[in-house]
Amino acid sequence: MSGGVDSAVAAARALAAGHDVVGISLRLAAGGGGSCCSLDDFHDARAVADRLGFPHYVFDLADDFERHVVRPFVAEYVAGRTPNPCARCNRHLKFGVLWERTRALGARWLATGHYARIGTDPTTGRSYLRTAVDAAKDQTYFLFALGPADLAHTLFPVGDLTKAEVRAEAAALGLAVADKPESMEVCFVPGGDVAEFVERHAPAEALRPGLIVDQTGRELGRHAGVHRFTVGQCRGLGLASGSGTPRYVRALDAGTATVTVSDAAGLRARGLVAREVSWTSGAAPAPDTPLAVRIRHRHPLIPARLLATDTGDTPVLFDDDGPAVTPGQAAVFYRGDAVLGGGWIAAALAEGAGP
Amino acid sequence: MRIYLDHNATAPLGLEVREAMLPFLGPPANPSSAHREGARARSALETARAEVAALVGAASAEIVFTSGATEANNLALRGTAAGLGIVTTAIEHASVLETARAVGAPLTVVPVDRVGRVDAGQVIAACDAATRLVSVGLANGEVGSLAPVAAITAGLRSNGILVHSDAAQAAGRLPLDVAALGVDLLSLSAHKLGGPAGIGALWVRRGVELAAQTTGGSQERGRRAGTENVAAIVGFGVAAARARAELAANAAAAARLVERLWTGLRTHVPGVVLNGPADGPRLPNTLNVSFPGAAGESLLVLLDLAGVAVSLGSACAAGAAEPSHVLLAMGRDRDAARSGVRFSVGPSTTAGDIDRVLELLPALVAQARGEAAA
Repeated sequence: MSGGVDSAVAAARALAAGHDVVGISLRLAAGGGGSCCSLDDFHDARAVADRLGFPHYVFDLADDFERHVVRPFVAEYVAGRTPNPCARCNRHLKFGVLWERTRALGARWLATGHYARIGTDPTTGRSYLRTAVDAAKDQTYFLFALGPADLAHTLFPVGDLTKAEVRAEAAALGLAVADKPESMEVCFVPGGDVAEFVERHAPAEALRPGLIVDQTGRELGRHAGVHRFTVGQCRGLGLASGSGTPRYVRALDAGTATVTVSDAAGLRARGLVAREVSWTSGAAPAPDTPLAVRIRHRHPLIPARLLATDTGDTPVLFDDDGPAVTPGQAAVFYRGDAVLGGGWIAAALAEGAGP
Repeated sequence: MRIYLDHNATAPLGLEVREAMLPFLGPPANPSSAHREGARARSALETARAEVAALVGAASAEIVFTSGATEANNLALRGTAAGLGIVTTAIEHASVLETARAVGAPLTVVPVDRVGRVDAGQVIAACDAATRLVSVGLANGEVGSLAPVAAITAGLRSNGILVHSDAAQAAGRLPLDVAALGVDLLSLSAHKLGGPAGIGALWVRRGVELAAQTTGGSQERGRRAGTENVAAIVGFGVAAARARAELAANAAAAARLVERLWTGLRTHVPGVVLNGPADGPRLPNTLNVSFPGAAGESLLVLLDLAGVAVSLGSACAAGAAEPSHVLLAMGRDRDAARSGVRFSVGPSTTAGDIDRVLELLPALVAQARGEAAA
């Protein structure tokens, strides 16, 4: 229970469904900086539990969070990639350490306030992840790494509601969090200044200034470190806008501390290479299965197919040239409302790849 | 029926304490007022002050009522040693440690041994010409160890260093006499001994200069401005009187219950580890143990769901188990410092309560260790 309205209503629905509910909030960052996990949020969660009449506890998972989320987050930026801490937190903390802890307490199910659903394949009987009814709120992009073993004990009680319906249910139950605004920024970065956070947590020698060059290698400017950039980024490059054409970050090379920029056309990718790919049903689809891939949260789906689905790196070919591919983000595969699985983007697919 | 074994966090309000407070929760009761209502409040205030003073063998005029031991600790440190040298120990309550870090210049934090004992010689040796104040808690509320405060004051006599002791966890559980302890300042709390929360006191030896931290009124002889919380102070007085009258019996009963619990744990729960001194002087009502392989947090939840309230010794404001700074100071690693479960009994605890806990714990520990199917 984050202290927000979604997990509050999830708990209320689990209770209404006859479950014996115990509320758990996670303390993920010592000191509580950032926009969530503050004392106020815990008090909000506790007030919900008190009103609905179930016990509530706070688990301190700050050490696990530091190991599984914060350190990889910093390391990814230093390596010139743009990490996705929410997906890691779900995989390692909420559906990892938290589930192990709650299972030891005798829990049968783990319910969360995520906007997602769980489906069952009528032919194989396998569970799989499904998108939420409220497409605007769908959070499956951050849940792609769940597998059948996770889904077997998971409940998403608000997955078939819209956000408006969730707020209405909370209001009907008299929960004070019904109108609570949602937080959007990275929860453990106070003030949302990621570059400053990385600089405070990374070893000093890892943060090197370098050159900004165009695709021909021509020097356009200098920068304070690749961790300050994201592939696809346009604003804040610190370049004189001489030519008039907007320039975008095309690639980040941490080894040489080089930021390569291009015009919009130079960003377009044929596809991507995903690694550590997993499948929510436990079974990979056949290669060449038509599907759609999402490469950033809230970005539109891109029609694509998998060139191979055996273990290791998985090449994904877009049906048409797609937008900028940002290494470090998740690539999540969808077919209809089924979330097939996903992995981490290692690179854009090189020109000329594919059949 | 719940079993409450967290008296070091707060104790239930005594029935006669509540009875004594009620007449002061209605009528106007400002002790500084010149009318009859004021006189009635003043009289009650001074009666309570005498009772609190008697609990520690002090004179009434030396008692400054505060909002609790936390404020008393702040007042003691900030009021005598702001910007001056402070020597304290690694296992003090946060209201001493954090305040000492904020105002002590220089600050020396003396380590403790593996069972949480402070060495008097080390504290004395840590003092030098820059030292203005030594602050050493009399009894540690997490692990029950006692500090040799009398030996420290004896070693520091006649060199101008003030000695403060936080006695919030000791009051009502150990005989307290400020003359025998030789201290200059002593912090007390009402709600650990059956009084209401939100009231405490700082005893200040006559002649010790104390800079008020709350100003704007002559209350408490100018050392703590603000209209007194008369009802709470009356409650504190009654709780102090009762604690003094029943001290020997309560301490003996608590020691028997803790011994029963410890013996039972050693018999029935494999691998139980004691955190704190096994013998010698200790807080009679406190037992802190770890069950290696079982997270303290998990055990707290399992016990709570089974109807037993215990504590993890050190919890953040949200109630999550941070590694205990006391257990860390005793040389435990971070995981072990999260595993301590504190049982603290009080006058209302019965042998039946302890037996019920002993009945529950073996299975709950096994469950928290992941040994038993739920």
